[in-house]
Amino acid sequence: MRLELKGLTKKFGSFTADDDIDLVVEPGQIHAVLGENGAGKSTLMNMLYGILQPTSGEILIDGEPVAFSGPGDAIAAGIGMVHQHFKLVGPFSVADNVQLGREHTRGAGVLSARAARKAVLDVSEQYGLRLDPDAVCEDLPVGVQQRVEIVKALSGPKTELLILDEPTAVLTPAEITELLQIMRNLAEAGTSILFISHKLKEVQAVADHITVIRRGKVVAELEPTASESEMASAMVGRAVSLQVDKTPARPGEPRLEVKDLTVVSDAGVKVLDGLELTVHSGEIVGLAGVEGNGQTELARAILGLVKPDEGHISVDGADVHGRPPARRIADGLGYIPEDRGRDGLVSEFSVAENIVLNQYRDAPYAKGGVVDAAAVHKRAVDSIAEFDIRTQSPDETASSLSGGNQQKVIIAREFSRPRRFLVAAQPTRGVDVGATEFIHSRLIAERDTGTGVLLISSELDEIYALADRIAVIYNGRIVGEVAPDTPREVIGRLMVGASATPETPETSTDEDADGGDR
Amino acid sequence: MSDSTTTEAPAEPPAPVEEPEQKPNFMRVFGRYLTEANSVMVTVYSLLLAFLIGAILLIVSDEYTRSTFSYFFARPQDALQASWYLVRDSYLSLFEGAILNLNTLESYQAGQADFGNLLRPLSETLTYATPLIFTGLAVGLAFRAGLFNIGAQGQLIFGMMGALIVGFSLDLPIWLHLPIAIIAGGLAGAALGAVPGVLKASTGAHEVISSIMLNNIAALFLVWALGTSFLHSETKSDLVSKPVDDSAVLPGLLSSLNPSLRVNLALVIGFAAAVFTWWLLSKSTFGFRIRAVGFNEHAAATAGMRIGSTYTTTMAAAGALAGLGGAALALGVSSGGITTNTALDYGFSGITVALLGRANPGGIVASALLFGALKAGALSAQPDVPVDISTLLQATIVLFIAAPALVKAILHLRTPRGGLVTLEAKGW
Repeated sequence: MRLELKGLTKKFGSFTADDDIDLVVEPGQIHAVLGENGAGKSTLMNMLYGILQPTSGEILIDGEPVAFSGPGDAIAAGIGMVHQHFKLVGPFSVADNVQLGREHTRGAGVLSARAARKAVLDVSEQYGLRLDPDAVCEDLPVGVQQRVEIVKALSGPKTELLILDEPTAVLTPAEITELLQIMRNLAEAGTSILFISHKLKEVQAVADHITVIRRGKVVAELEPTASESEMASAMVGRAVSLQVDKTPARPGEPRLEVKDLTVVSDAGVKVLDGLELTVHSGEIVGLAGVEGNGQTELARAILGLVKPDEGHISVDGADVHGRPPARRIADGLGYIPEDRGRDGLVSEFSVAENIVLNQYRDAPYAKGGVVDAAAVHKRAVDSIAEFDIRTQSPDETASSLSGGNQQKVIIAREFSRPRRFLVAAQPTRGVDVGATEFIHSRLIAERDTGTGVLLISSELDEIYALADRIAVIYNGRIVGEVAPDTPREVIGRLMVGASATPETPETSTDEDADGGDR
Repeated sequence: MSDSTTTEAPAEPPAPVEEPEQKPNFMRVFGRYLTEANSVMVTVYSLLLAFLIGAILLIVSDEYTRSTFSYFFARPQDALQASWYLVRDSYLSLFEGAILNLNTLESYQAGQADFGNLLRPLSETLTYATPLIFTGLAVGLAFRAGLFNIGAQGQLIFGMMGALIVGFSLDLPIWLHLPIAIIAGGLAGAALGAVPGVLKASTGAHEVISSIMLNNIAALFLVWALGTSFLHSETKSDLVSKPVDDSAVLPGLLSSLNPSLRVNLALVIGFAAAVFTWWLLSKSTFGFRIRAVGFNEHAAATAGMRIGSTYTTTMAAAGALAGLGGAALALGVSSGGITTNTALDYGFSGITVALLGRANPGGIVASALLFGALKAGALSAQPDVPVDISTLLQATIVLFIAAPALVKAILHLRTPRGGLVTLEAKGW
């Protein structure tokens, strides 16, 4: 299929989300669309998939103009989409999920399980996507769930163009490699792919052609030979330094000592299982790992929101057992939560209120139980200037800010008070390149003032950019502590519980992995 | 003039100069406001729609008017006239009972009635509104912490008993006795209010369930307590309490004009409580915490706030407000002795008052006054107007307030910037 967009424009009131977009996807081409959050990528894809209708301009398929009034029309025209957030029914089998909405029947509304299984097997054979049609989706690893989504998209009546929206956001390095290979195979088989991403390495690795969008306009057409910094500057609109400048760390005394930490979840599962970790002053320890291996619980245990079942956490040499979070924060614990919307911000509160959210009772923001609005306002104005928070005023609600600016509010809150130790969990998640650059440089500056930093990130690039030492977490344990120049494959293997050396088969049990690395 | 209001002009095509109405002047802005489903206009339209539905039900329920509809096609004017008179008279008697009696006004102008008589409807409205201010605040304050306090009824009953016991058992001068009795009411309400908070904080028990159940406990406790010799009246045989001492009775505000004007000092205390609640929520660190927990308890906990103790203290504060409402009854209109009927449904109505007032102290006072007026009007208009009409109007108003999308759909209003405002408690 040859897809062509001509002057595609979408306006919401006076706001133009997409402005005169021209784009051509040749048959069998992998076409990457690069852009920051809010650049108009999602609006563009939603128009292509029939969820939104363009204000002006047209979509041409094989030279014929088409108009979609809903996703059904797009699917009928041969367009399949894999959403960033999967649309799977967890307790359903793979086959049932694939036939969802266009069920195979034996007539009269009687489902045909056999036809559904066969359809899945046909597609997975045709494109080399291994899948067990009888597996229950919620039991599958994320990478396999995504494969189900891809098979689902390919199972349309005649899918010839696949839209992949930020497909690698949730995958492990190994799964990413596998996905990129799948994409190449699909393209070779003649399927066109529209690949939306802001990860430069992947785009470089897989795309045949790159279109960069900024503020709703096409700002550059690049070949995959373009350098990463070329792509990044096109995305952001100015020169961006991807390399974080940092001097070697000068670690001092231990700031965080975690000994034999065990946390048992309500379901009776050991989410942390005898975890040992030390972070010194003046160093950044990167905690690498696939999400859901205990990172969240570790961070929450350090803050005091999760009570350890066994083990000790010491900050600054003192056991913090029994100290409430407020005390730990007052003692100099900085905390950037991984889920900004849930744990980081009160979105209905103003920017100013959010900046003092964990200091509202302290001088000078309150006196005798009364909040000093003037002091809060002044602090907010200062922070907005220092941290370059783009907001119309300190009184705007936090929800009106972009993701990057919301994150800057949290950074401003944590960095504007004395602190000894900082937990930074996914500090640049959903944040654009410009803000990422800023946050990274602040974290390095933070380290250089002598703060110990625990950086929890599922992005290996981020870990490599910042960490002075890398600890890999798997199944609630640290399965390896390695130097920052350790090759990606080694860390990738540790992240899935395999041993650091490739000789060990990937199916090794947890005990093996643990024994091999200590 | 137009400088400040031309923000949308660039987006529009250049208007021909001959058409001055294209300019966004005051009337256009006002007109846009009126046709938009913002919270003020939704409230106004909810009131109008409720009175419209009330009118229809009045017509349907009146036997004579219904009979004129049986020959509607022969003589439609009969039915229309009967309906119009019925609706007009019913709403007029509500108005006369709640605000101003036109007959009394005539006699007053003719010199046959004194000024106090003229004020009686207003005094009744304010009297019924007073406990609603307290219970409305009790529900509204808890709402801001994300808690649905259904227990204002029980807290009010406890407040009544606390104030009553201090009111008859201590022998003190009025400047000491009255404040202590009022505070006792507040404390008794706070004690009961804190229970759902403690249960939620320590065990996760849902406050809606526990506070509903405590209402029953409080009501039945009152029945038992009234039967004990400690509380039971020494002069009457029916289930009524001892009267409070004169030194603990809330002085009437207008009784110097006419002793039958029942509105008393509790109204002033109610206004003060509303101002205090507003101050607490918007200016104090405690209010900051309440709002943070109410909006997002996870972020509040991450910022080091104690969620459990916030639940407990907020529920206790809410209980104290409802308890003050109980004190207002026991030391005010029912100072001669409380019965199982004294509390009426003030606590439950407080929920609707808080909803209508959108959990804002100012809005709660306004809606308490409205509900007080409906109550006073309906009671005085008996038996000409069914007393249920007041309950029905209250229920319909709240129905529309709670469903702004319904009002928007019925009247084809535009969606305001930022979407429709609905009030909801977390976890419910």
